[in-house]
Amino acid sequence: MNFKLRIWRQPNRKSPGKLADYEVLDISPNTSFLEMLDILNETLLGRGDEPIAFESDCREGICGTCSLTINGEAHGPDHPGAVCELYMRKFRDGATITVEPFRVGSFPIVKDLVIERSALDRIVQAGGFISARTGSAPEANSIPVAKHNADLAMEAAACIGCGACAAACPNGSAMLFTSAKVSHLALLPQGHPERESRVLKMVQVMDAEGFGNCTNTYECEAVCPAEISASFIAKLNREYARAVLQRSAGE
Amino acid sequence: MIGSFDAKIPPGPLAQKWRSHRDHSRLVSPNNRRKLEIIVVGSGLAGGSAAATLGELGYRVKCFCFQDSPRRAHSIAAQGGINAAKNYQNDGDSVYRLFYDTIKGGDFRSREANVYRLAEIANNIIDQCVAQGVPFAREYSGYLANRSFGGAQVSRTFYARGQTGQQLLLGCYQALCRQIAAGTVRMFPQTEMLDLVIVDRQAKGIITRSLRSGNIERHAADAVVLASGGYGNVYYLSTNARGSNVTATYRAYKRGALFANPSFTQIHPTCIPVSGEHQSKLTLMSESLRNDGRVWVPKRKEDREKAPGEIHDADRDYYLERKYPSYGNLAPRDISSRAAKEVCDEGRGVGPGGRGVYLDFADAIKRLGEETIRERYGNLFEVYEKITGEDAYKVPMRIYPAVHYTMGGLWVDYDLMSNVPGLFVIGEANFSDHGANRLGASALMQGLADGYFVLPNTLPNYLASQMGKRPSPDSPEFLQAEQDVRAKIDRLLKINGTRSLDSFHRELGLLLWEKCGMSRHEKGLREALQKIPELRQEFWRDVRVLGMNEDFNQSLERAGRVADFLEFAELMCKDALERDESAGAHFREEHQTSDGEALRDDERHAAVFAWEFGGDGQPPKLHREPLRFETVHLTQRSYK
Repeated sequence: MNFKLRIWRQPNRKSPGKLADYEVLDISPNTSFLEMLDILNETLLGRGDEPIAFESDCREGICGTCSLTINGEAHGPDHPGAVCELYMRKFRDGATITVEPFRVGSFPIVKDLVIERSALDRIVQAGGFISARTGSAPEANSIPVAKHNADLAMEAAACIGCGACAAACPNGSAMLFTSAKVSHLALLPQGHPERESRVLKMVQVMDAEGFGNCTNTYECEAVCPAEISASFIAKLNREYARAVLQRSAGE
Repeated sequence: MIGSFDAKIPPGPLAQKWRSHRDHSRLVSPNNRRKLEIIVVGSGLAGGSAAATLGELGYRVKCFCFQDSPRRAHSIAAQGGINAAKNYQNDGDSVYRLFYDTIKGGDFRSREANVYRLAEIANNIIDQCVAQGVPFAREYSGYLANRSFGGAQVSRTFYARGQTGQQLLLGCYQALCRQIAAGTVRMFPQTEMLDLVIVDRQAKGIITRSLRSGNIERHAADAVVLASGGYGNVYYLSTNARGSNVTATYRAYKRGALFANPSFTQIHPTCIPVSGEHQSKLTLMSESLRNDGRVWVPKRKEDREKAPGEIHDADRDYYLERKYPSYGNLAPRDISSRAAKEVCDEGRGVGPGGRGVYLDFADAIKRLGEETIRERYGNLFEVYEKITGEDAYKVPMRIYPAVHYTMGGLWVDYDLMSNVPGLFVIGEANFSDHGANRLGASALMQGLADGYFVLPNTLPNYLASQMGKRPSPDSPEFLQAEQDVRAKIDRLLKINGTRSLDSFHRELGLLLWEKCGMSRHEKGLREALQKIPELRQEFWRDVRVLGMNEDFNQSLERAGRVADFLEFAELMCKDALERDESAGAHFREEHQTSDGEALRDDERHAAVFAWEFGGDGQPPKLHREPLRFETVHLTQRSYK
């Protein structure tokens, strides 16, 4: 298969970037999208041109490193799945494909297709944990957890932290990411002691990092490689309201 | 040699060693802990849990990872589960059985005391993870669920769908985040360790390079902990993440740390077969699939091109069930991998290139219904469909073995300290617990045991004597190490040759896969030992690395790693040659039983092989640590 590529090139955070045109020929349909970029980079290297910087690590959709916008869609056309799980057989032979980084104000561009996502780490650092000191845990089966809640917590916890939700959102909102962590921990009895302070602090940092608000466009859910449901955003709102009410009642 | 080559196994009965060792180890008081700095390299299950726990204890921790966030360490990709001897199933499990299965699974090439401690601690890990909010699978009663894994006859594996590694890692990432917020841990993402600094024959710091800016920094500490994972990517194609590498441990080896059993590499039986030349990595299908999937190939060569549905049951060879009736499809990894290679070598392999076997769920779907199978393995079936375009609910999966895990690693004593005082090594980066073959669901167990429970208890034993001894990062040893790192980078950038990095890495990988892969023999290993130095010379003469150091330069970052693989590969082959026996994953064709199983030589080789760097261009020196078995009786490993 042959493809025309338009790829975002930007030398560093401060310099302006632009789309550059490339061509790749004779690509097997079983090549993954990132392998296709590897092949292009080998060609560039052979010509003495600087390879295109892009990040990936596990290449099986779980580490959340890869972060490309393909033809305007975060992670490309094969949902649900990360870019590293996208195969060239999903494209038409001869197609022109535009490749850009995730575009979110809170994820500055480092180089070409590489972005800086430490804002997501800071949201978790604000309270996305259960403060269980190592060694202080009771016997694992001492607190039964209803299977339904455990399964729902797992669905939320499956988030891979890629940031596609924010990239797809017209408001650049990280509500799906934040709601997944808040919901995961709020659904488990172990998460209850810090339930109110967690949601308040995480939302505060999320706002301070410059992410936008949710206006229910559901774009996040549509591109999420881990299929996190937007209903967790509703849960985040409930958790937040509950925490605010409890605080105002002096609890 | 720097330091001491003494395993320091505590005296006393096996079941009391760990308790009595802790009772007699030195401690560091809380007010002194904040004066001590610890470097942790790596943020996976071992590094992340160690950094978080040491931070909690009040030490000042610096944690480094090459990923852009600690949450992306490769532990995240582990699928199947984590073992513990809770015996929640009432099926006869116990700490002793978990210990015995693990040491037998490792073909009696690991230390009794270490493995027993691991089995003991496993239960604490499950407690800790549940308290952190890890959403393990549960039964309708609300209690924790278990499943079986290879090499065991009990159900002791805890799991979170097919994403157990992810959930355990996020648990320790969150604990780490808590400490970062508390200011006890400073995180250095996208930062790679390029050298170990030794001052007065003790590990006192590292040299790092920021992958973002190219900045090279010197970091001094009171102790250095390496948790940098395994070196499976030496084979180029493996199930490891693209970034996984040997650099941190190999450079520590070049500074005097011993490298133990480097040839013990695990080839996992259930991976998606290679589809083409441009493949950049292989994808694992969790071993848990073998709980319900049946492995088979056609009995006759002629049938291998037929669609699987057209081959009648009578014409199928369920070779694992046939050869190992008591473990069947749950035979351990090394044995299952070799059996797959054997049937493919006979010309009965399926799929393109004939390098594949079927993993068939038709019977399980008939017995349990598609819904149950979907609930158990749904995400794995989706991954399979994405990669191959095939629906495994309808046609059997095709699988083939692939490089997955490395049992070898830096040599450590019972305290997880290498021979270099002050250098601790945890998780996959050390050699300690899995012998010659690791059983499923025990890598996660070891990583977390080391990080949460072992290291925090053994590190003070060293640190107690180190108060006020931290050198300045401006001392001559640091300046020299920095200069060495810069010189190596300059050398790589100046070659400006014609061949790409990937072409060297691929060639090395293919060579190792053929000569030092699933089976090895003397002649092949000698050939590899001749070819690797030639390839290395060509690399240093003709590799093309573009750009400069002071930049986000991915070619440069990978060039350093490939350069280390090219040296390390030679050490692997030397070790494989020297170990003139078969043991676990190390199968020397010269040493097999009449029915093709691994034949150990306990008299000569019941030992850990620990290699000391002899200088560039000089042969390494072999040290042997004899393995003494006081509790278990060494037997021919049988899963029949």
